[in-house]
Amino acid sequence: LGPRWLSIPPAAVMDSIIIQERLVERLLSPRTQAQRSHPAKLKDHEKQYVGFATLPNQVHRKSVKKGFDFTLMVAGESGLGKSTLVNSLFLTDLYKDRKLLNAEERINQTVEIVKHTVDIEEKGVKLKLTIVDTPGFGDAVNNTECWKPITDYIDQQFEQYFRDESGLNRKNIQDNRVHCCLYFISPFGHGLRPVDVEFMKALHEKVNIVPLIAKADCLIPSEIRKLKERIREEIDKFGIKVYQFPECDSDEDEEFKQQDRELKESAPFAVIGSNTVVEAKGQRVRGRLYPWGIVEVENQAHCDFVKLRNMLIRTHMHDLKDVTCDVHYENYRAQCIQQMT
Amino acid sequence: PHAGPVDSKNEAAMSELVPEPRQKPVVPMKPMGINANLLGYIGIDTIIEQMRKKTMKTGFDFNIMVVGQSGLGKSTLVNTLFKSQVSRKSSGWNREEKIPKTVEIKAIGHVIEEGGVKMKLTVIDTPGFGDQINNENCWEPIEKYINEQYEKFLKEEVNIARKKRIPDTRVHCCLYFISPTGHSLRPLDLEFMKHLSKVVNIIPVIAKADTMTLEEKTEFKQRVRKELEVNGIEFYPQKEFDEDLEDKTENDKIRQESMPFAVVGSDKEYQVNGKRVLGRKTPWGIIEVENLSHCEFALLRDFVIRTHLQDLKEVTHNIHYETYRAKRLNDNGGLPPMTVETEENHESNL
Repeated sequence: LGPRWLSIPPAAVMDSIIIQERLVERLLSPRTQAQRSHPAKLKDHEKQYVGFATLPNQVHRKSVKKGFDFTLMVAGESGLGKSTLVNSLFLTDLYKDRKLLNAEERINQTVEIVKHTVDIEEKGVKLKLTIVDTPGFGDAVNNTECWKPITDYIDQQFEQYFRDESGLNRKNIQDNRVHCCLYFISPFGHGLRPVDVEFMKALHEKVNIVPLIAKADCLIPSEIRKLKERIREEIDKFGIKVYQFPECDSDEDEEFKQQDRELKESAPFAVIGSNTVVEAKGQRVRGRLYPWGIVEVENQAHCDFVKLRNMLIRTHMHDLKDVTCDVHYENYRAQCIQQMT
Repeated sequence: PHAGPVDSKNEAAMSELVPEPRQKPVVPMKPMGINANLLGYIGIDTIIEQMRKKTMKTGFDFNIMVVGQSGLGKSTLVNTLFKSQVSRKSSGWNREEKIPKTVEIKAIGHVIEEGGVKMKLTVIDTPGFGDQINNENCWEPIEKYINEQYEKFLKEEVNIARKKRIPDTRVHCCLYFISPTGHSLRPLDLEFMKHLSKVVNIIPVIAKADTMTLEEKTEFKQRVRKELEVNGIEFYPQKEFDEDLEDKTENDKIRQESMPFAVVGSDKEYQVNGKRVLGRKTPWGIIEVENLSHCEFALLRDFVIRTHLQDLKEVTHNIHYETYRAKRLNDNGGLPPMTVETEENHESNL
């Protein structure tokens, strides 16, 4: 909104926004015949503002009308709880007709790309969510270059967008670019496996990678800490560029900054998914029932599910799209143009 | 002619004992001609006691191999099984080492003692199995190692001047660790077990079973059992080696209901209900390793150590080793090194 806001104390900013918002509402709301012949009179306290502080609200309102779209890819060996996690994140049941292959059938399977689309609406906001699944990844005896179908898919979406963008009819461009890739790391290893390293290196310059520790309820807190440290070290060591949470603005309040710090320190998130409701301490919670206790998915002392959900949906969805457009797509586009000339 | 399996059962047990020249029998023999029944108790049954005393003095060998992807808890489980620090993890191996590029075979021996009985336990670890991007034929070094031990034993057996007690490095039991995905076996699991179930006793276990609820565990076990059956994989205890009805009934129950054992391992103790138990402490409860309602570790331990330990060795000696030996005889038209004398010696000892 420009430097002039930085010098105004927060309370005053809120007030002026409210005043301007009300003004805009009056100006934009449908008027009766009588009102139209007599233009609205600006009140005194409204006259001092130009009124563009409400721009974010206008954008917000338009977007709400248009709806959002988001494409999320999930990758990792089979059996790491990817489908359950996706269903938990978006409170859906995307995989109810899925047929799981047995080991013999999987011997000759190649990596596929499968898309599921679902329209979700909450409090008037519409989200068109596309989940890109990668069954078969990492499951074979020989997994050499098993990420190739995946990099090919991502490139194809870039290519399609590039062509559309350069084309004549740009009104209804479909954006199928992958905005985020959740990569599931097995909790049973001691860190990254060779296939994990190779996958992430093949994709880190094409898509935002968010690595996760899957099925984290099989680890005790000290094991989770050690594993996270180990993974962070190895990500550094191998020069893997995972998605970086942006720095929060210096004028954010302390609570927000604290949350932001905790978020960064928890990466990679150790997650658990569940779509079943169990009874715990007289309450009904989403979780997993074991003979020795109940794991609550939304309990932050049990796992990082809430952090992941907040990050992915509530705070960083927009940034993920921005980085995809501004960095990954632009890289692709520049390469393409270079190759053409 | 070489004695058949039935006779060599005792041979196997006796091979631990030092074959000594004939001594005075402990119980004086009754003079011939008198009806033994009339004179009461002979005391043949004390032979069992003699064997037991001998075994305690000489101790016995047990070689257990663990196979599975890294991080499935193999070392911890072996330590838990034998209540000692006997695995590679505890012998100065640095956990921070990289995954080896090919499968390595690392054997570590310890002597552990319990109730006056000494066991020379060798744990054979196979780091690098299943960890690469391309795992084709990664079972070959393992198969090679197992066959090499058979070869070593064979060479000793046919020697002219044989050692009193042939050191037994043959793998008696191979624990194969299945990853608890909850879906089914992986292609690599099938490949390994298909190749190796013919040369060694394989006991499949489901590792890190604390990642599954009771329902998930039951379903997974059923699916795994079915897959093993459909693919003709005979894990230990193999159906064809059940000796009598008693064995068959007992083993059927284990094969069809308990196996593969879903296990959890730990070397840390916690206080639960006033007792100290081995377990894992999570924010939502303590998983007790030896509690049968939590996991099947106790079943695995009883099976491998308390009931079937000797049988594992016997099947290895009488079946797997004999198969290897027969194949060698057929392939080379003879065993190395061979003279007519040796052949006679060999036969007369039987």
